[in-house]
Amino acid sequence: MMHWLAMGGYWPYVWPSYLLTLLVLVLNVTFAQRSAQRARMDALRRAQSAAAPQGRS
Amino acid sequence: MDWTWFHRFGSPPHFYRIAGKLIPWCAWLAAISGVAGLIGGLVLAPPDYQQGEGYRIIYVHVPAAVLSTMAYATMATAAGVGLIWRMNVAHAVAASCAGIGASFTFLALVTGSLWGRPMWGTYWQWDPRLTSELVMLFLYLGYMGLRGAIDDTARADRASAVLALVGVINLPIIHYSVDWWNSLHQGHTLLKFGKPSMPPSMLVPLLLAMLAFVLYFAAIVLVRARGEVLRRERNARWIAELLGAPS
Repeated sequence: MMHWLAMGGYWPYVWPSYLLTLLVLVLNVTFAQRSAQRARMDALRRAQSAAAPQGRS
Repeated sequence: MDWTWFHRFGSPPHFYRIAGKLIPWCAWLAAISGVAGLIGGLVLAPPDYQQGEGYRIIYVHVPAAVLSTMAYATMATAAGVGLIWRMNVAHAVAASCAGIGASFTFLALVTGSLWGRPMWGTYWQWDPRLTSELVMLFLYLGYMGLRGAIDDTARADRASAVLALVGVINLPIIHYSVDWWNSLHQGHTLLKFGKPSMPPSMLVPLLLAMLAFVLYFAAIVLVRARGEVLRRERNARWIAELLGAPS
């Protein structure tokens, strides 16, 4: 296991590459989901306020 | 040829529905091929005869680099379709590609730099391949900055589409830079005439990782584009019906 982690001495280059890749993959999912969720909430709010009675204002 | 599929795809409710169905497929297939590629690349593939274990950066660097150019090609194509056919959905797709493309361009540059240090002895070199990839990062950032600077969506769509299309000139430069100039970057391994210069034990994990990245990109673009379509169409009746609001 230690032998594998050492990557023949190249670990300071190999593992940061993989970690950064993981970070980019996770962040893209998070941002995309958050932006889609925001759009959904916004659309829902508009749809509801459009359907609500306009009498009181 | 029957073009109805094309026009149907341009209909926002239709796109929204189809995209919603495609996302889980792309995501799961990306996860499966990604895990397989990771095991293949980090464990099963033999060390390189010159670079030892250090070459394993290839399994993230090459897919990231391929995706960075593919995302640009997708963005420019969608922008062009949006511009020519005035298709709002296409503009939404184009806008959704930029952030992802920029992040993968950045990833390709940094992993390349981390690979370059032990193999070339330097993190950075003003080499044609590296420089043209950096130019693409600036194109993405320019595209996003331009969109962000224009409030009117239709104007932002048109202006950014023109920028995206002009930037297409950079794609062949990136691809052929290793042939046209005396580059420090290695030449083509996969896309060349004859056999790829890699044994299957190294090649298969690489192809799996590339497949995973492409499917991942498709899933993320579709998630973003659905949100973008909702934002653009927010007053449309189909959205109220879709979200189950009383009408």
